Amino acid sequence: MKALEIKIDKNLCKGCGICVDVCPKNTLESSNEVNEYALFYPRVRDLDSCIVCRLCELYCPDFAIEVKEK
Amino acid sequence: MITANYIKNEYIRRMPSAFCPGCGDGQILNAIARAIDHLKLPRNEIAAVSGIGCSAWIPSPYLRVDSLHTTHGRPIAFATGLKVANPKLKVLVVSGDGDCTGIGGNHLLHAARSNVGITVIMVNNGVYAMTGGQVAPTTEHEYKTVTTPYGNPAFALNVSEVVAAAGASYVARWTTWHMNQLIRSIEKGLTKKGFSFIEVISQCPTYEGRILNMDHIQMLHWFRDKFKTDEKGVFRIGEFVDIEKPELTDELQKIIEKVRK
Amino acid sequence: MIEPGEYFVEGDLAAAYGAIKAGCKFFAGYPITPASEITQAMAELLPQVGGKFLQMEDELASISAIIGASWAGIKSMTATSGPGFSLMQENIGYAAMTETPIVVIDVQRAGPSIGQATRAAQGDVMQSRFGSHGDYENIVLSPNSVQEMFEFTVKSFNLAERYRVPVILLSDAEIGHMMERLVVPESINIIERKYAKTFDEATKYGDDLVPPMGRFGDGLELMVTGSTHKPDGTRDTGSPEIQSSLVTRLVEKINKNRKDIEDWEEMFTEDAEILVISYGATSRPAKGAVIKAREKGIKAGYFRPKVLWPAPENRMSKLKNIKKVILPEMSLRGYSMEIEKMFPGKFVHFPKVTGNVHTVSEILKKIEEELR
Repeated sequence: MKALEIKIDKNLCKGCGICVDVCPKNTLESSNEVNEYALFYPRVRDLDSCIVCRLCELYCPDFAIEVKEK
Repeated sequence: MITANYIKNEYIRRMPSAFCPGCGDGQILNAIARAIDHLKLPRNEIAAVSGIGCSAWIPSPYLRVDSLHTTHGRPIAFATGLKVANPKLKVLVVSGDGDCTGIGGNHLLHAARSNVGITVIMVNNGVYAMTGGQVAPTTEHEYKTVTTPYGNPAFALNVSEVVAAAGASYVARWTTWHMNQLIRSIEKGLTKKGFSFIEVISQCPTYEGRILNMDHIQMLHWFRDKFKTDEKGVFRIGEFVDIEKPELTDELQKIIEKVRK
Repeated sequence: MIEPGEYFVEGDLAAAYGAIKAGCKFFAGYPITPASEITQAMAELLPQVGGKFLQMEDELASISAIIGASWAGIKSMTATSGPGFSLMQENIGYAAMTETPIVVIDVQRAGPSIGQATRAAQGDVMQSRFGSHGDYENIVLSPNSVQEMFEFTVKSFNLAERYRVPVILLSDAEIGHMMERLVVPESINIIERKYAKTFDEATKYGDDLVPPMGRFGDGLELMVTGSTHKPDGTRDTGSPEIQSSLVTRLVEKINKNRKDIEDWEEMFTEDAEILVISYGATSRPAKGAVIKAREKGIKAGYFRPKVLWPAPENRMSKLKNIKKVILPEMSLRGYSMEIEKMFPGKFVHFPKVTGNVHTVSEILKKIEEELR
């Protein structure tokens, strides 16, 4: 399975980085970009590496990440 | 495919939550909503009850079911009344370790003893977090908190063991690292006839983190590495009790039938 | 089940009969003298009418459980005495804040603390109204006979359901343990709860300031909280307007409906110069003393609030020609602040805190003394 898009809701994200940590393929990475609340939200490093396991969705405490399947 | 977006739209009243960045409470909210979804329970058959503390906010206001946000330590007693008054309801209590075992410890024991058919999810972060990181009944010996600045002179309560000894029908302990196991246990708890108790070791990056000198990611790794279902772990997790025994509301109904014959 | 007719029972049992007749289907309680007889009677009676009884681990759990049950749409009650009543105070405030109809019977005994467990007193009058923290209003009834233990329990449920407030039936060991004739009437007026059918309905209220109540399990997705909340139940503890409008309405909903709630009994008041105000067990010798005083040609009057809170202030303020007001009661404080406020300069307190009720001659002697 491949991902079409990984959507990060910048203003729901609190920048905790749990998604980056649990991703088994290092698809996500921390960024230096900040949202409205000055929190560092993650960004997609390599979309093609995503295997749509949705661990990021399962572990995200803030319902801020969404993986869209191809 | 169950996506986080679907869970959010279907079961969550509003986001963003008031929880600190990296707090496990959001994960537990996610787990509860997913368990309800897996069981295909109609939302009007679920009632969520909570007391005071950070974790009390998981169902109220965030979980989109009838919710009763009660006084400190009493959610289990409120839930008992609710369940007995309407046994058709699946009554879910979400309570912190201080709420559940400190001020409300007596209610926990007696709910387990009477085997009333409610599900208690106890979020255990080892401190009183909402009030600023004071020592809790679950804080380990010698740990420093704001009210034990020279180290905790007392010892931590093993809550799951106590609840098991008190007579609960189902007892399990997981951590926020063990999301899938946790969801399965909540499903089991909600379908269990009698009293079910699920302890979730959760990370509090703000206060527990200060005690342990860890951030929330390090705490999650600590859960992964040290919390095991067998002797290899420093801390024991898993399912401890899974039995069938007569449930309180059923017994009360039997009494009514016997008396009215 | 409790057929209409005559009974010879004690006050505690009459209260249990009243609860059953009012449609109470859930009781959670904890044993305490002198209220245990109510708890025991409910344990026996409730299953016979399809209701449920639980003896809880303590009074904190008892009141919590009945509030929970009330939200499931069931009329619920608990009964206790002083020490247990003290433990219940926090959640009486919770019931006021969440507008949950519940009935709490306090069969008063002499305190403070454990005090005289088997003796009557009237020291909980202020606690029954002001016991919980913060600003709130509730309703407190004071029976003075076994018959009224029955009738006022029914009335407590009616008022609780009508105004969505915790109602306290403030009895005492004397009335609770006294055996008397009880007449259970053929027909009893019962007020049923107004339910909200939609979430929106539960958030709106009319002139009486009482919103219809939602019920758990009806799919309304209610949010009930003891924190400061908007009319829809959303917690909002930061807004001064929300706190102000909520607390004001909770108090106003009782004040505005005072005329409907206030209740009293009076005798010889039209030309009375000396008035004996009394309630509960003490009102029985008080009435006797006033009758004896009249026989002696003394212009004495008798006034008994049946509802202590809200106090019958409108009526009391219209009692003219009164030169002295005597308040005999089994407490050093009791109801005195309220009565003194109504009759400044005329008020004479006549407390007795021995665990025994005043006698007729004691009160008569006091009337004569005050006339001198």
